[in-house]
Amino acid sequence: MRPVSSWGRLNALPHEVISLNHPERVQNQISKHNPGIAYGMGRSYGDACLNPNGILWHTTGLDRFIQFNDNTGQLVCEAGVLLRDIQRLVIPRGWILPVTPGTQLITVGGAIANDVHGKNHHVLGSFGDHVKHIRLLRTDGQIIECGPTLQPDWFAATVGGLGLTGVMVEVEIQLKRVHGPWLNTETIPYDNLNEFFKLADESEAGWEHTVSWVDCLTEGGGRGIFMRGNPGKTAQYNKLDGRKLTMPIVPPFSLVNTLSLRAFNTTYFNLMKWRAGTAITHYEKFFYPLDNILEWNRMYGPKGFYQYQCVIPREVGQDGVQSMLAEISKSGNGSFLTVLKTFGNRHATGMMSFPQHGVTLALDFPNQGTSTLKLFERLDIIVRETGGRIYLAKDARMLRDMFETGYPRLQEFLKYRDPGISSGLSKRLMGF
Amino acid sequence: MDKKRIVIIGATSAIAEHCARLWAQTNLIDITLVGRDTSRIERIAKDLQVRSPQSEIHIVKTGFIEPNVIQSTADNIFASGPVDIVLIAHGTLPDQIDCQNNLSTTHDALEINGVSPALYAEAFARHMAVANLGTLAIIGSVAGDRGRKSNYVYGAAKGLITRYAQGLQHRFAGTGVKVVLIKPGPTDTPMTAHLKNQGAKLTSVESVAKNIVKAIEHGKATAYVPCKWQIIMLIIRHLPAFIFNKLNI
Ligand SMILES: Cc1cc2nc3c(=O)[nH]c(=O)nc-3n(C[C@H](O)[C@H](O)[C@H](O)COP(=O)(O)OP(=O)(O)OC[C@H]3O[C@@H](n4cnc5c(N)ncnc54)[C@H](O)[C@@H]3O)c2cc1C
Ligand SMILES: NC(=O)c1ccc[n+]([C@@H]2O[C@H](COP(=O)([O-])OP(=O)(O)OC[C@H]3O[C@@H](n4cnc5c(N)ncnc54)[C@H](OP(=O)(O)O)[C@@H]3O)[C@@H](O)[C@H]2O)c1
Repeated sequence: MRPVSSWGRLNALPHEVISLNHPERVQNQISKHNPGIAYGMGRSYGDACLNPNGILWHTTGLDRFIQFNDNTGQLVCEAGVLLRDIQRLVIPRGWILPVTPGTQLITVGGAIANDVHGKNHHVLGSFGDHVKHIRLLRTDGQIIECGPTLQPDWFAATVGGLGLTGVMVEVEIQLKRVHGPWLNTETIPYDNLNEFFKLADESEAGWEHTVSWVDCLTEGGGRGIFMRGNPGKTAQYNKLDGRKLTMPIVPPFSLVNTLSLRAFNTTYFNLMKWRAGTAITHYEKFFYPLDNILEWNRMYGPKGFYQYQCVIPREVGQDGVQSMLAEISKSGNGSFLTVLKTFGNRHATGMMSFPQHGVTLALDFPNQGTSTLKLFERLDIIVRETGGRIYLAKDARMLRDMFETGYPRLQEFLKYRDPGISSGLSKRLMGF
Repeated sequence: MDKKRIVIIGATSAIAEHCARLWAQTNLIDITLVGRDTSRIERIAKDLQVRSPQSEIHIVKTGFIEPNVIQSTADNIFASGPVDIVLIAHGTLPDQIDCQNNLSTTHDALEINGVSPALYAEAFARHMAVANLGTLAIIGSVAGDRGRKSNYVYGAAKGLITRYAQGLQHRFAGTGVKVVLIKPGPTDTPMTAHLKNQGAKLTSVESVAKNIVKAIEHGKATAYVPCKWQIIMLIIRHLPAFIFNKLNI
């Protein structure tokens, strides 16, 4: 047994870790040692990838490429391959992952199990929309081959299925054509939510990527920075300077408090305002701004932090976000990086996928015990009243009824669960 | 452009595989992956082929014990021309207590970690001497620097490799052949998975491989990876017995 945390570092409870290194041995390993749960890079913030006092199956040893077709952009690889390694392999060859989240230090298996989204949901949907095939192993020895048309029910359960339907060992992804590593980007400051929604709506047609950062500390809330981008036409492939900063230690207390936050948010806002305008930006800078500070999650100190990410329907989006920002401002808790972005009107592939047509807000809060949790309860009320849901990849504390109302296809999904698999999250929200 | 010709003995080792990835990423290579299990070698060959479609990748399944099998493996590889780099990487970390309780476990551990790599080195040395070209790299270990109660069976076999490499370096001094002895510290690979569960601090295999590739490129005689182990082992080697014997290492 050894202590294992997820990205939020809220705890480090003992786990028995079993490394999966050979696809042909996985079946035997998971049927002998269970119940367990797959663990990729542990970039989920809560307990989706944990199983305290139980078994974890580490998947990063399953990191071989199997086949790549330069003409069609079809990539077959093992499920522990990192998105970073895919990008570095295929971008110089004229292809790119169609959908990528805000960090590339995650596994393909993790990207599918949370059906992750990027900045281009309104154009290309979520990660699962580009998966063509999954080989899924079950703890009872069954092998399930599924895809959008092959056993589509199993596919819909596994995309966004939180690792609970089996262990993915091999997947096929359809990549997208790209000229090179550069994007044409534009940064636009906005003063209130009204402006944000105007920018988001007007960008939907002409821009593939949109995202924004909102300052939730100033009174009234709602000023922010809107960023949008399109793939550039420059083919020249440059590697970005590889220098990385690491948060060297866990400080004894959180470096993130109201004072430092106010200073940060104001500085960031003014800096970005000053930098506003168009630019040509490298994909690693545009998509993964935080990956250059390795282990930045340590700055929240030994108690860790929560991320609260919800989506609420578009029609009530503006009022909903306004009320949430007001709650946060009232509570005195502040969030360091608050991301606000819209999702397009698209059918979700997975039964348990998070994205739905609307607006999503993601906030990081240092763990201050009950006061933080109390704030979340007030935010929950707003989310629930508007018909929204909370993102399971980020969640560590939601209550069961909130989960059940947020994910209406739950009953259908449960039929596909593997009885030899359970996680902290599944125990908390589904009873086992 | 001529492809760099590389041979890896024990090509399924995590450390060796990461070296191969680095080579495939920066050069066009002609690489021969030698191992004992075809399906495992094939998996790695496919991966390298995706990473470097223009490179040539061959696989050889062979034995690691029989001297004549080892010799003919080397002969066959050299039959198609000289080799720029040979990396001998196979090895296994036996349980020390099991070794103490069972001589045949000890025997097998000494054989696969000591005798077998030495025989492979000798078999290739013969051909490299004729070609008067190439770098012969062998993975030893910091464990070979001083016998310790926790793993002296493994350590003794690795110590054999140290002396063997030294002898080869002497033999090839002033020729076109370079011999590189690599001594990794504890590295995060399948070999040490059980140590990780006990809380051991391990270096990432990517960074170890990067240092090995660099050492081979420079033809460094002995490379501790990471290099901090050079100082640590210097101290450990020189600790007087009355202190050393009190340490629980
Ligand atoms: C800085 C940062 C930015 C982020 N930005 C975004 C974003 O923009 N959009 C977004 O959607 N998410 C985002 N995330 C969340 C992250 O993308 C997801 O949590 C992702 O699932 C993490 O992948 P992982 O490999 O670390 O998997 P883990 O966190 O280890 O596991 C996630 C889930 O996948 C399952 N799983 C992993 N591998 C397998 C397998 N082989 N078979 C079956 N199940 C498996 C696990 O059981 C678990 O349920 C961000 C996270 C961070 C830290
Ligand atoms: N990891 C460390 O901490 C560390 C530290 C110092 C030195 N080293 C040395 O580094 C080298 C590579 O190790 P690694 O960490 O990469 O370990 P690894 O991934 O476990 O690889 C071990 C390799 O040795 C082969 N092997 C094991 N037993 C064998 C046998 N009886 N016959 C033939 N081949 C056998 C394996 O082949 P199969 O795939 O067919 O099993 C595999 O190729 C070894 O020489 C090891 O002693 C490692």
